[in-house]
Amino acid sequence: MSVDTSLRFDKDYVNGFSSSRQEPAWLQELRLQALELAQNLPMPKPDKTKIDKWNFTDFKHEATGNAVAFNELPEDVKALIGSEEDAKNVLVIHNGTPVYFALEQEVKDQGVIYTDLLTAAKEHEDLVKKYIMKAVAVDENRLTALHATLFLNGAFLYVPKNVELSAPIQAVYYQDNEAALFNHVILAAEDNSSVTYVENYLSTNDNTESAANIVSEVYAGAGAKVVYGAVDNLAKGMTTYVNRRGSAEKDARIEWALGQFNDGNTVSDNTTHLIGDGSFTDTKTVTIGRGDQKQNFVAQIFNHGKHSEGYILTHGVMKDNASSIFNGITKIEHGATKSHGEQTERVLMLSEKARGDANPILLIDEDDVTAGHAASVGRIDPLQMFYLMSRGISKAEAERLIIHGFLAPVVSQMPLESVKNRLVEVIERKVR
Amino acid sequence: MSAPNLKIEDLRVSIEDKEIIKGLDLEINGGEIHAIMGPNGTGKSTLSAALMGHPKYEVTSGKVTFNGEDLLEMEVDERAQAGLFLAMQYPSEVSGITNADFLRSAINAKREEGDEISLMKFIRELDKKMDHLEMDNAFAHRYLNEGFSGGEKKRNEILQMMMLEPKLAILDEIDSGLDIDALKVVAKGVNEMRSPDFGCLIITHYQRLLNYITPDKVHVMMQGRIVKSGGPELAQRLEAEGYDWIKEELGIKDETVGQEA
Repeated sequence: MSVDTSLRFDKDYVNGFSSSRQEPAWLQELRLQALELAQNLPMPKPDKTKIDKWNFTDFKHEATGNAVAFNELPEDVKALIGSEEDAKNVLVIHNGTPVYFALEQEVKDQGVIYTDLLTAAKEHEDLVKKYIMKAVAVDENRLTALHATLFLNGAFLYVPKNVELSAPIQAVYYQDNEAALFNHVILAAEDNSSVTYVENYLSTNDNTESAANIVSEVYAGAGAKVVYGAVDNLAKGMTTYVNRRGSAEKDARIEWALGQFNDGNTVSDNTTHLIGDGSFTDTKTVTIGRGDQKQNFVAQIFNHGKHSEGYILTHGVMKDNASSIFNGITKIEHGATKSHGEQTERVLMLSEKARGDANPILLIDEDDVTAGHAASVGRIDPLQMFYLMSRGISKAEAERLIIHGFLAPVVSQMPLESVKNRLVEVIERKVR
Repeated sequence: MSAPNLKIEDLRVSIEDKEIIKGLDLEINGGEIHAIMGPNGTGKSTLSAALMGHPKYEVTSGKVTFNGEDLLEMEVDERAQAGLFLAMQYPSEVSGITNADFLRSAINAKREEGDEISLMKFIRELDKKMDHLEMDNAFAHRYLNEGFSGGEKKRNEILQMMMLEPKLAILDEIDSGLDIDALKVVAKGVNEMRSPDFGCLIITHYQRLLNYITPDKVHVMMQGRIVKSGGPELAQRLEAEGYDWIKEELGIKDETVGQEA
């Protein structure tokens, strides 16, 4: 079977789609330019994973869903955000449409903007234009161009200078129909601000082929601190292309905590540019592959600034026939003296047919730096199993303990208790 | 609780097609503490691993019953559920699972669903036993054996034994690498368990542990079988005179496995 990668979407479609949503002219223009690129650019080429038979381009493109009161939210969503009292700063997008939103007055009073992206594009044009499709360029490949052409909505979070938010800002992107999930997140934290953002992606369609094309762009101004937590839990029907990118100015910090638990084929890119001197990033990922799924994960850090530091920690468990490639890339640019890069990728395979491949890559164009890496791919140690079972623990329970133990160094360092619990819950369900 | 009984008859065990245990008989009852002594390479640790069901060891013939049931038919976890415990010479390290979580899983594995030990009761028990073994309470929250020193691992094995309350415990060279203070602590733990409902098999090179735990019976192992049995006085003679007199008595030139008389 070959997948038809020609696009079903043309200029008329994009014009109509954009106009029907009363998008500002500049956004419509951006989409039309992107469309042209999407028609001509090649597909992305993830290292060591063949994606030419994956369906990224044939899908139903529509936004449905209506605004609801908190108690009318789907149970799956409520389970993620807790009670109405807990969910004080939350955006819920259901099938491409913002359906629920809450933001505390005291957060608004500090000048924080948090809204769905389409509203932001109308009401905060200059800010949105400053950030949209900048960390991820429209013309990188066919799918980034397609994303810009067709993204349905997303979140816009802007934290002004010196504002430190203690309460986390949450988002849930929930899809329970067969349409594609094209979501775009912009998080801009101005100088010396601080914010924690946590997102959950959830879909239910296991059977019909559909696609997710997700972009997150994070900007941390000088001295700013951004903690970005994400739990991806898209169903088997979804073929996912996700880019989460960040750029950190002088002394800024970006901490990524990613639980990547999609059930469908996935290409994921998490890249951070350490632009300013003294900037810092830490990217932690846990993942579980199962069934026949294939995944490709890139965790990538570019050290541009002097004294910049980047850390990558990835732990993956592969079950059944699942196979995954983990590429960790630390690129220290010329001039980034005294900078430091470190990465660890570990893969645990639970079955004979599961495959995992960990590739730590250090690319260093500067002499005066320090860097290190570690990688391991292995199976469950039969002596560990013997030890646990010799205490009366069943084989299944012993395996469960070892998997949790294997993922624990990453899970335990996740920024929020709620994210931690959510990860443990998803892991529990996936390893059973 | 009835007194336990472990009965080993003509046991033969191989590893990678090499026979290590060559026809071994032994019976241990509740209330008894047995010690198996012997030089290196005579099959002592193989015996303990095979009884617990270590995946690398193959029992080629013989019979082992535990409280009347066929032990060799049981999976590793079933042997433990039946009340057998092995304090290992080289306990595995398991990252990411705390000692406390591990112990609680092990205790609950023996209990019915819905009858799990309450957290409060568990913590109380654990604190008590750790105090008894002079262990720092921080060990409860460290990952299972990870980064523990040799002595800490051995204490942790005894802690597990005390928490799980087995009917029969095999201690495989629990004394190796222990200083005298740690040895006393370990002995204290074993003596605390002593009762008619508890049997114990101590495997050791040295007599010094037996200064603190008086065995009822002492066996000497050579060439994969028990070659001599006696009371505590046998251990003392071994300590004083070594093994040569036994070899001479039995006409054994090389006591290690694979060297027949």
